[in-house]
Amino acid sequence: MTLAPETSDLISVEIDGVEMNVPKGTLIIRAAELIGTEVPRFCDHPLLSPVAACRMCLVEIEGNPKPQPACAIELTPGMKVRTQRSSEVAEKAQQGVMEFLLANHPLDCPVCDKGGECPLQNQAMSAGRAESRFDIPKRTFDKPVPINSEILLDRERCVSCARCTRFADQIAGDPKLELLERGAKQQVGVANDEPFDSYFSGNTIQICPVGALTSSSYRFRSRPFDLVSTPTTCEHCASGCSLRTDARRGEVTRRLAWHDSDVNEDWNCDKGRFAFTYLSQDRITSPMIRENGELRVASWPEALDVAARGLRSAQGSTAVLTGGRITMEDAYAYAKFARVVLGTDDIDFRARRSSSEEAAFLRSSIAGDCGPTYADLDKAPVVLLVAFEPEDESPIVLLRLRAASLRRGLRVVALSPIASRGLEKIRGEWAAIAPGADANALHALAQGGGDVPNGASIAQALRQPGAVILVGERIADVSGGPSAVAALAAATGARIGWVPRRAGERGALEAGALSGLLPGGRPLDDANARAQVAQVWGVDVADLPISAGREAAAVVSSAAAGGLGALVVGGLEPRDAAQPAAMRRALDNAGFVVSLETRRTEVTDHADVVLPVAVVTEKSGTFIDWEGRRRPFARVFGDALMMSDGRVLAMLAEAMDSSIGRGDVKSLRTELDSFGPWTGARSAVPSDSAAVVQTGGPHLVTWRLLLDEAAMQEGEPNLAGTRRRTVAVVSAATAASLGVAAGQQVTVTGPAGSVSVPVDIGSIVDNAVWLPSNAADCAIASLGVAPGQPVRVSGGAA
Amino acid sequence: MPDLVSPAARGFGVTFRTMFKKVVTEQYPESGAQSKPRYHGRHQLNRWADGLEKCVGCELCAWACPADAILVQGGDNSEGERFSPGERYGRVYQINYLRCIFCGLCIEACPTRALTMTNDYELADHTRDSLIYEKQDLLAPLLPGMAKPPHAMVPGTTESDYYAGNVAGAVPEQFGQGE
Ligand code: SF4
Ligand code: SF4
Ligand code: SF4
Ligand code: SF4
Ligand code: FES
Repeated sequence: MTLAPETSDLISVEIDGVEMNVPKGTLIIRAAELIGTEVPRFCDHPLLSPVAACRMCLVEIEGNPKPQPACAIELTPGMKVRTQRSSEVAEKAQQGVMEFLLANHPLDCPVCDKGGECPLQNQAMSAGRAESRFDIPKRTFDKPVPINSEILLDRERCVSCARCTRFADQIAGDPKLELLERGAKQQVGVANDEPFDSYFSGNTIQICPVGALTSSSYRFRSRPFDLVSTPTTCEHCASGCSLRTDARRGEVTRRLAWHDSDVNEDWNCDKGRFAFTYLSQDRITSPMIRENGELRVASWPEALDVAARGLRSAQGSTAVLTGGRITMEDAYAYAKFARVVLGTDDIDFRARRSSSEEAAFLRSSIAGDCGPTYADLDKAPVVLLVAFEPEDESPIVLLRLRAASLRRGLRVVALSPIASRGLEKIRGEWAAIAPGADANALHALAQGGGDVPNGASIAQALRQPGAVILVGERIADVSGGPSAVAALAAATGARIGWVPRRAGERGALEAGALSGLLPGGRPLDDANARAQVAQVWGVDVADLPISAGREAAAVVSSAAAGGLGALVVGGLEPRDAAQPAAMRRALDNAGFVVSLETRRTEVTDHADVVLPVAVVTEKSGTFIDWEGRRRPFARVFGDALMMSDGRVLAMLAEAMDSSIGRGDVKSLRTELDSFGPWTGARSAVPSDSAAVVQTGGPHLVTWRLLLDEAAMQEGEPNLAGTRRRTVAVVSAATAASLGVAAGQQVTVTGPAGSVSVPVDIGSIVDNAVWLPSNAADCAIASLGVAPGQPVRVSGGAA
Repeated sequence: MPDLVSPAARGFGVTFRTMFKKVVTEQYPESGAQSKPRYHGRHQLNRWADGLEKCVGCELCAWACPADAILVQGGDNSEGERFSPGERYGRVYQINYLRCIFCGLCIEACPTRALTMTNDYELADHTRDSLIYEKQDLLAPLLPGMAKPPHAMVPGTTESDYYAGNVAGAVPEQFGQGE
């Protein structure tokens, strides 16, 4: 075994008589791990700065009169350390510390949720004495007290290790947990009795080495030995966190962040941790067909037969909308099904606000390319955020940017009309632009800066090697925006990272579930690409669609007008669409609708045939995160009967006397892999001109908060309890011109409706109003106005 | 000629003598048979003197069981619905008597003396289902002076008072809450 990497500044040290060379600056506790010695510890955490708060890790250092904490002392050349393995002094010191830690510990393991997986239990056995000499009464506190709706604090159990407080301060950037009081009374608390308001709060439960912080929703549900654990990938966003899903008797009981140093390190967000109740809520378990206007349960053969007949009779006028939440394999099945079985290229995974320009940008600049990675963010000289708010739209990206900014002063610039809380946490720079002016600003940066605040310096920074532009899916709302991003990248050499919100979008893009795009980033209008695809699919190249089909918007408007024969719909929600009303009309007026769904939705309510499919716990698969990195996950419930979208499409293909293969995850993945990378030319980069910024009233700025009214967060009241307060944000000048003060109710009105929310004064450009897109009582879709457009804002409730 | 008579006579002698000895055969099931007091029979989930349950749903019994016969799921006592003193109670409790080998390890594991074994050995039945005993089948009967949970703790006491033996029985306001 190599003890440490061969670098020039290695020092030679000795631990328990083992001589070793370690890089300078290595902590004793890390070096001991290298030779397989685990020094007992509580406060030590590799990703948090050392504090030596618990004193559990005492070791003997030669020449030092007293035992020293191994977690906080760096090795120096020639240092000789003896741990509990070879030193009685160290062993006795550790036992003494353990005795002190237990002096005030309630030892109520039978009623403690940490029991069975508790470092204190384990280390009391391995590094403690059987008997305590303390027989005085223990300190008591009221227990448990909630520090937010997700987390319960039991102060009696706390060992004051400061892991939670350091996490909140150093990692999450929400320094709202503190160690209060001193001595035996020392306790964790929240400032001013305000709840611990953080999107990352659940991580403190996981790193607390005792049962002082426990989860309200997991409370008393299980013991570790009841759980079957499966490594999974979070299905909520494109950050791509590794998770561990724990299930008991066919039910998911909890999810934990799982270690992946390339992606989420040891962390995840509260949405990924707590939002899984939806997996078992009002599921559809059997196929249904519509008869006399009502859905009725049908057998698989019957339902497939009806679906096959409906689709066949609409041949030539069909389209596929997959939704953005499918796995790469399922997306590939949809992509193949559309082209081979339906013979159409009318397919789109974007069931949200989207544009043709965006599609062209994705085909030309994102698909088939490995973009910048998390590690590239760590190293980048500058990161420019365009139409992207990392904390709400991809929280692990926020953590990485924050870590790099704190560690080495990474420069992060947000091109945005509003300076978000996330930007403040990153200590980023706000390049304020008017709503909808993104494209103009990007072009200005490409030309050297223009009138963008600090433009010249940003433009220059972007020209440094390693610079990254992170662009969110909201760029689709800015006409000319995607083109301008591509132009800026071309002008400066910066790399583009496209960060969609949904976990399945990047995978769907790579699988070719977008019109004009074949698997692996192959342009449909390239004869070579078509030939390659036809060969893998075993079809005649003449049978493949030859020109790009329609995208979501065109499909929806044609269906709404009654011009579409049949629509195959995956998991999507009409209320997320650019125009929810048009989407509903499309579902109503399409000749025939086949819905592949996991639960009852607005789509199944309109469908002619509903085919039930598996949720993530019932299938394996792969998501592709924003980096383009594959994030495979295993099946949690091996005995689940539900079939994945891919399998169902394969059966449907057979019912239509065609084939897309077996449709199981493995064969779909193998087939997709067999394409290999595309080496030919990519389709053309869009060059739409920047939109003219609209005049008139305050312009709407909006995005979806991490925690909102989304369907996948249903059934989790504790999670919902940590949502942000719904407010509108305006600048002080705008507030003054509207005649409203902070805290007052305002009504924001668009052509189709209005919402009434309290207003806050914030860092936002004048003549703009920010609103959350999908918060409780604040559904922006109901206003009937696109982001960047003017709205009317008036004081008082509607 | 071999002697055929005397071995037979000896045998009948045994029979004859036994006729005058005390009978050890028990006429079960016509008359019930009493086991020894420490016989490992059906389990029981005990109660505190005021009727609250002793089980805290810790699952230690389930963990200790070598036959995987016990299933426990804890629950959170709320102020309005309290089954045991303290935070936690056993919401689901099952023992599968098709698996149990009556070793008593679960009894040793129980930190609250909630689980003990009775002398009841009549545990035969016709169906699997009926041999999985649920919590209500295992709970000790309510004795006079006990109130049926859920109900609050004796006013003025804490969880520790129960463990310290300071609760002698239910007080009037504890009755009627569990209906
Ligand atoms: S609550 Fe847990 S993590 Fe926080 S200081 Fe106490 S023991 Fe450590
Ligand atoms: S950051 Fe995204 S991927 Fe990670 S846990 Fe949260 S929602 Fe899931
Ligand atoms: S007596 Fe033994 S086998 Fe039976 S439930 Fe208890 S531990 Fe399990
Ligand atoms: S019976 Fe005893 S060991 Fe079993 S769950 Fe209840 S308290 Fe725990
Ligand atoms: S682990 Fe070293 S002092 Fe806590």
